[in-house]
Amino acid sequence: MIWNEKAECMSEDDLKELQLQRLQAVVKRAYEKVPYYHKRFTDLKIEPEDIETLEDIEKLPFTSKTDLRDAYPFGMFAVDIEDIVEVHTTSGTTGKPTVSGYTEADLDLWGEVMARALTMTGVKKNDKVQNSYGYGLFTGGMGVHYGGQKIGATVIPISAGNTTRQLEIMQDFETTVLTCTPSYGLYLAEVAEKEGIDTSKLKLKAGCFGAEMWTEEMRDKLEERLNISAQNVYGLTEVIGPGVAMECPEKNGLHIFEDHFYPEIINPKTLKPLPEGETGELVLTTLTREGMPVIRFRTKDITALRRGVCECGRTQVKMDRITGRSDDMLKVRGVIVFPSQIEKALLKIEGLEPQYQIIVTRPQHLDELEVQVETSPALFSDEVKHIEEVKKDIENRIHSEIGLRVTISLVEPQSLPRSEGKAVRVVDKRNI
Amino acid sequence: MKLKQISVFLENRKGRLWKALNILSNANINIRALSIADTSEFGILRMIVSDNELAKQILEESNFVVKVNEVIAVGVSDNPGGLEGVLEILNKMDVNVEYIYAFVEKNGEKAVVVIRTEDIDAGVNALKDGGITILSEEEIKNIKNN
Repeated sequence: MIWNEKAECMSEDDLKELQLQRLQAVVKRAYEKVPYYHKRFTDLKIEPEDIETLEDIEKLPFTSKTDLRDAYPFGMFAVDIEDIVEVHTTSGTTGKPTVSGYTEADLDLWGEVMARALTMTGVKKNDKVQNSYGYGLFTGGMGVHYGGQKIGATVIPISAGNTTRQLEIMQDFETTVLTCTPSYGLYLAEVAEKEGIDTSKLKLKAGCFGAEMWTEEMRDKLEERLNISAQNVYGLTEVIGPGVAMECPEKNGLHIFEDHFYPEIINPKTLKPLPEGETGELVLTTLTREGMPVIRFRTKDITALRRGVCECGRTQVKMDRITGRSDDMLKVRGVIVFPSQIEKALLKIEGLEPQYQIIVTRPQHLDELEVQVETSPALFSDEVKHIEEVKKDIENRIHSEIGLRVTISLVEPQSLPRSEGKAVRVVDKRNI
Repeated sequence: MKLKQISVFLENRKGRLWKALNILSNANINIRALSIADTSEFGILRMIVSDNELAKQILEESNFVVKVNEVIAVGVSDNPGGLEGVLEILNKMDVNVEYIYAFVEKNGEKAVVVIRTEDIDAGVNALKDGGITILSEEEIKNIKNN
């Protein structure tokens, strides 16, 4: 099923023409309505008329998270505050949050792209969507909400948390589609198993998971344990929220809704654009946002773009699963490590719970990497020798994945913090 | 004749051993024998208890990782050389011992030795052939009632 065949299956020529028209319009709007962009463009002696082709986007300056933060709270809005009907913010974990403002037209756009996304996971009018993303300033809850309602599905706005109740509702309401972070999805599965709920008896058929990085191995676990098709949704508050891109049933990349969000890949060091297929930082420009247009926003997310007609029939460009963030990446003893690499290694081990925490310390002058993993009956034995072997095996697998020696610490089950939103996977105790 | 032993994973954190024993005590489970293997990071608590199934269930309910496996219990005379004789037999038959722990009966005449051999069946056979009395689950249970 395709929600908007005209847009999602558009020919490349038509798409480029549409993108150019929209890019010219959004650059003009930003220049005229947002003082920040007016100044940036003027400083670089750029006028909206200089955008004659899509490639001319490279003349425009990047927008960083810091730029948005400096404009806190409403400095990036392109309309009067009275035309803004909703606001959301980022979590603000790394400083002041950034604010995103939506006009009525923006909410309509959000519903449209999320309807496309949910349709990819098989949501139809007669589905019941249990929306376990947090409702509030976080975009996850409302984004799915608008998309689900646009399709005409029944949205269960349960929000995150209260796991026992989630499972009760899931059974009683006969939920067919689950939307939440992948780590919370796994936690739900874990609790379901513990409470003796046979997940194969649930009506659940699919899950739309996102808002944090996850791996193929985690997909396998989600699919197996919840008996569903687990698909990846991508988005960010600064651009709109969830609904920038979504994985189709082919599960080999996320279609970017590029008639609304124009993607580029750059080298995060040189800031130069990279050719198609090369891995670098994703940069996004909102082509149709009214309340808060964002030009060349540096997402810090690492991915690659791949063009071509997909088996599902869609023509919009696909991006790879995000494998890391250019700022979340850890540098340990000079080696770049993404938490997702460690997760990948861990999930290959039979019987291991996908709950872990990475702790980086610098006891003397050298970085140490400790990975805490919860013990499970499959890993445990009455013999020290056997447990030591299990530990060594995990250490070796991580070593071959990241090229660094780590220390595995086995901890008791349920002792690592569970999260209802984004899981805290890395604790960096180095004072650098 | 093999005997069931339960093993519990203990994180090297204050109060974890107490917690495990507290759970057993609250459930009125009696510990016949106990040993702890400790490493710098974790410990393995091994016990012969009065009710394996119940012990496993209540410990798991409190999120402990528990395993039930088989060991051999033999009675040896509480005299110098008592245990040595048992090990000599195993050694002769080329049976590898993983770990061993012992406790003394109340009346003090016999010591009970719990042995975990690499190959449990080979251990049982070697000891039987060597004329060693292997204690049954029932006999271990009765120790307290003597």
